Amino acid sequence: MDDIIVRFENVTKQYDNDPPVLTDISFELERGKFYTLLGPSGCGKTTILRLIAGFTEPTMGKIYLSGQDVSSVPASKRQVNTVFQDYALFPHLNVYENVAFGLRVKRMDRPTIDAKVREALRFVNLIGLENRGVAGLSGGQQQRVAIARALVNEPQVLLLDEPLSALDLKLRAEMQYELRELQQRLGITFVFVTHDQEEALALSDEVFVLNNGVIQQRGTPIDIYDEPVNRFVADFIGESNIVPAVMVADGLVEFLGRRFECVDGGFRPDEPAEVVIRPEDLEVTTVEQGKVQVRVDSLLFRGVHYEICCYDDDGNEWLVHSTKRVKVGDRIGLYFDPDDIHVMRIGETEAEFDRRLESYATQGGVADGVQIA
Amino acid sequence: MESRSRNLYLIPYGLWIVVFVVAPLILVFYYSMLDINGKWTLANYTRFFTPVYLKMAIKSFWYALLITAVSLVVAYPAALAISRTRHKQLWLLLTVLPSWINLLLKAYAFIGLFSAHGPVNAMLAALGVGPRQIMFTDFSFLFVAVYIFVPFMILPIFNSIEEISPSLIAAAHDMGASEWVTLRRVIFPLTANGVKSGCRAVFIPALSLFMITRLIAGNRIITLGTAIEQHFLVTQDWGMGSTIAVFLVIAMGLIMALTDGTGSGHVGRERRV
Ligand SMILES: Nc1ncnc2c1ncn2[C@@H]1O[C@H](COP(=O)(O)OP(=O)(O)OP(=O)(O)O)[C@@H](O)[C@H]1O
Ligand SMILES: [Mg+2]
Repeated sequence: MDDIIVRFENVTKQYDNDPPVLTDISFELERGKFYTLLGPSGCGKTTILRLIAGFTEPTMGKIYLSGQDVSSVPASKRQVNTVFQDYALFPHLNVYENVAFGLRVKRMDRPTIDAKVREALRFVNLIGLENRGVAGLSGGQQQRVAIARALVNEPQVLLLDEPLSALDLKLRAEMQYELRELQQRLGITFVFVTHDQEEALALSDEVFVLNNGVIQQRGTPIDIYDEPVNRFVADFIGESNIVPAVMVADGLVEFLGRRFECVDGGFRPDEPAEVVIRPEDLEVTTVEQGKVQVRVDSLLFRGVHYEICCYDDDGNEWLVHSTKRVKVGDRIGLYFDPDDIHVMRIGETEAEFDRRLESYATQGGVADGVQIA
Repeated sequence: MESRSRNLYLIPYGLWIVVFVVAPLILVFYYSMLDINGKWTLANYTRFFTPVYLKMAIKSFWYALLITAVSLVVAYPAALAISRTRHKQLWLLLTVLPSWINLLLKAYAFIGLFSAHGPVNAMLAALGVGPRQIMFTDFSFLFVAVYIFVPFMILPIFNSIEEISPSLIAAAHDMGASEWVTLRRVIFPLTANGVKSGCRAVFIPALSLFMITRLIAGNRIITLGTAIEQHFLVTQDWGMGSTIAVFLVIAMGLIMALTDGTGSGHVGRERRV
């Protein structure tokens, strides 16, 4: 219980008479972990951060920080700091004074402020830039000032709202490493917002996938990637081939008019479902050896692999990542193993998914590669 | 090609400036060197540096300063309040609306309100503290001047408040700043330029006030503005009137130069962020 730092209890947020931005959201965040909120634009990611920071109040439900109900605690009294999407550095202050702001507000004495500011600047590699105005800094430097300014207050939770979105690809990759390393060094909770799924998978201990103000799925990056609970998550996280299917029995799924062995279960007999196969799980082989026969439609060289777009005889599109070279117009076979197939119940929520897995596992099914949270 | 067409567009404005700004300035300067009989002289300038006119100049500055200060004290909280209302533009319009009404009309309205038998005195009488002399006092002069100038102070301050990104305010709260500390450490410094342009927009015209000085303060307050009017319309000493005008123009130019540039970096920097 002591390990829970942030808790949302049935939180709903609604502006005026618009439809709710967040609908009945409940979750817990543990101390010292790296969380990512992932979802398309407008799904409510920033709203969740603003609720944690105290810039806005929930319409319904309660928020707890370190076990304490914070509904009447203003933002300025919460042990939470934010790195804003636009950094929000004070244009009238230099780098040093930006970082010192929170400490001056808390009326610390000069030597303490100086020591802390210098330590924070050393932390983010900005020593020597103390007297520069913030406008002259590069995007990466501004971002690091924003991080130093937040960290110097020694928050228990650091909220980061798409801090890397303004950076170019290379700097972005560098900052991803730095952030992850920083979080591990400090051992505080990070809540990181992004709509870049690769970033989310690379950085996080746990990912929350949001859509339309509802948490679609939460779990480790591997869980979310391998076991998406529904079509939205499968589509949003990485690329996937999704085909309609019928779950004939536990461990047996029918699609494209054929039956395939799989590792999923807990469905009603002959229940309609959807099958997800990741492009990198498909193996290019001969027509005879393939489980599915397709014709190559187009080919893109992506550096580490070819992205091959094919169509089967029923007109379904298949995306394949392969290092094998094929030619446009070739007829090829695609091979996959039973555990490469992931079967999703149509419209299933995360809670229903968890319940099904649990009952299936206790029935003694083959819950291979499935982790129950 | 481009610069030539741009120059063409500038012709009407250029003509306007020459006819209504440059030429009058030259004329004023020319007249300031003439005595009452139209002969060349520098006597007007030496006369300006006598106690009578210096006192008048100091008084003008003092009243302009007072009007500016009171306007600022009224306008800043008003601008803050408007920026936090739901229908900002409506409230802004309502505060700016009076400035569209002719100055004379407003002055006459106040004469009516403040007169011995006017509604203000009726109210004071009802409260048992009147009637009193309101017209032709420092108070009434200051009150009316502030009433007239306050919109010109509110507008630039309001604009500079609006320019502050809401995330800067959120950031201040995030780091533990209370409303007051946020106001002092973030909002005040970031609106310094708005305050400066507001002060300029009030102080400079206040320096040469004469209409409401005459109407509201009567002969009690004699400023450079009223002296110019006096010389041109009553004593017919155009030379002395022009000399005072030359000094006013110089003073305004100096104020513009001094309040420009310094610290304007804030806004520029903010925009680039
Ligand atoms: N102050 C507000 N008043 C009314 N609606 C708001 C307000 N703030 C946010 N919203 C709405 O709430 C929804 C969620 O906004 P939010 O900023 O949380 O999205 P987001 O997930 O952060 O999106 P993005 O990736 O674009 O930043 C949006 O539809 C937005 O229009
Ligand atoms: Mg956002």
